[in-house]
Amino acid sequence: MRYGATDVLHDVSFAVGPGEVLALLGPNGAGKTTTIEILEGFRMRSAGAVTVLGVDPAHGDEAWRARLGVVLQSWRDHGKWRVRELLAHLGRYYAPYATATTVRPWDADELIELVGLTDRADHKLKTLSGGQRRRLDVAIGIVGRPELLFLDEPTTGFDPAARYAFHALVRRLATDLHTTILLTTHDLDEASKLADRILVLSDGRVLASGTPDELTRQIAGRDEVRWRIDGTAYEELTGESTAFVRDLFTRYGDAVQDLEVRRARLEDAYLALVGEGR
Amino acid sequence: MTAWRIGWSRGMIELRQSFSNGADLVSHFLWPVLMLVALYFLRDREFAGTGILLGTLALPSILGMNAAMGMVSMSQQLTADREDGTLLRAKATPAGVQAYLVGKVVSVAGGLIADLAILLVPGLFLVDGLAFSLTSLLTLVWVLLLGLLATLPIGAILGSAFPSARAQGLVQLPVLAMIAISGIFYPLSALPGWLQVVAQVSPIYWMGLGTRSALLPDATVVVEVGESWRHLETVAVLGAWAVLGLLVAPVLLRRMARRESGSSVAIRREKALQRVG
Repeated sequence: MRYGATDVLHDVSFAVGPGEVLALLGPNGAGKTTTIEILEGFRMRSAGAVTVLGVDPAHGDEAWRARLGVVLQSWRDHGKWRVRELLAHLGRYYAPYATATTVRPWDADELIELVGLTDRADHKLKTLSGGQRRRLDVAIGIVGRPELLFLDEPTTGFDPAARYAFHALVRRLATDLHTTILLTTHDLDEASKLADRILVLSDGRVLASGTPDELTRQIAGRDEVRWRIDGTAYEELTGESTAFVRDLFTRYGDAVQDLEVRRARLEDAYLALVGEGR
Repeated sequence: MTAWRIGWSRGMIELRQSFSNGADLVSHFLWPVLMLVALYFLRDREFAGTGILLGTLALPSILGMNAAMGMVSMSQQLTADREDGTLLRAKATPAGVQAYLVGKVVSVAGGLIADLAILLVPGLFLVDGLAFSLTSLLTLVWVLLLGLLATLPIGAILGSAFPSARAQGLVQLPVLAMIAISGIFYPLSALPGWLQVVAQVSPIYWMGLGTRSALLPDATVVVEVGESWRHLETVAVLGAWAVLGLLVAPVLLRRMARRESGSSVAIRREKALQRVG
């Protein structure tokens, strides 16, 4: 993928299975939004092969579009519409695509309750707070009961309570409704809480991928060991901290003081990884 | 088929919204009321010793001009909807762009017809010397319908061509210039020859002529170019604009919709914020 002469994505390859939650994790400018926009069919790619629900997004038709849900980074649209009015209206577009197994659209009132906006249902969109607006955006994203849901930076600007409620909603969509979810975030904590698999992107390249546990093992391999001998401070990074400490005592015995072992944390590893990639 | 039905209800919802909030209501009533005040002061003034009252000439003309201004609101609304992401939302919805456009035409045209009624109904009582009959109503209907077909696609073309709400402001200038020379406030036959030619290219002149032909007594035709209502020419010019617009607008609108993405909306929002700050 390139803008003018600058390539912004290189060799970004991945697959997401049905019902899976994949997080694209990376700092700002890593290429997360570009990747997701290509998958949504909103942006043409300059090279490579992409298949979303069996279709090339560059040629996706309306029936394909009806199986997707899109929640972008920020919406300010339809400010004069009321919450229930807009959800009921947007739901109508999906009615022709109902199947024997999937009821489309989602009932507006049920959905409003699901995202906790019942007391705002008859208010205009422009009067909603940032967090309420975001929850409505998610409601709009799922009003057609999508098989695949894109969430671009879904919790930016949320307070902790709103974030917690939102995470619960996403997990519910994935487990109860088997919605495949692709979300972007620059928050490692969010990615490891929500995602089955994480793809770390930086400067348009995939730096690492795997389950949160795998990633910790893969990239966060080394623990930090600190100690003092005769007042001099020492520090060592090691993948085998237990053996290293045993060896330390064998060699120096009681001379080892102020011993500290810090377990490898995914966060440090992520920061190191993203820092290296820059 | 679904897109048309949903688009229609979308337009009706937007129409209802624009008549149920303060700011929009002011914009619906402000201009018609100002125009009516102007007409009131013009009502006894005579045009160039012809015995025809200036207010009588002006009311139908203003009606035609206001109808042509639908072009500007179409263009403004498209730009605004692109800037705030409404169009992108439509793009993310199955058949959404089609329904969006149908809805836009319904709400702009509907709002316009309401605005025209707000002007015409009190105007009929205020201004003397109009010939209002069933025939004039029918003429009014075909002139306005054809006029909307000619001007709304132009508005859509302008709206898809201009990148931001600020650039939109520039669209108003040529439109205002066209209005100034289009025989709305002063008969075209009183203008220099070359300006008459320029004015007769614009749909605004022909819509004004058409509404005058509907509402004025036949005797007033003497102040028009060629002393004729020129209905055939009206149909030809407005028809040509309609055909041109309906050919070009879908191409530009498709191109505009294709270019929409979350990042393009975000970039425009940042620019808009910089302007405010």
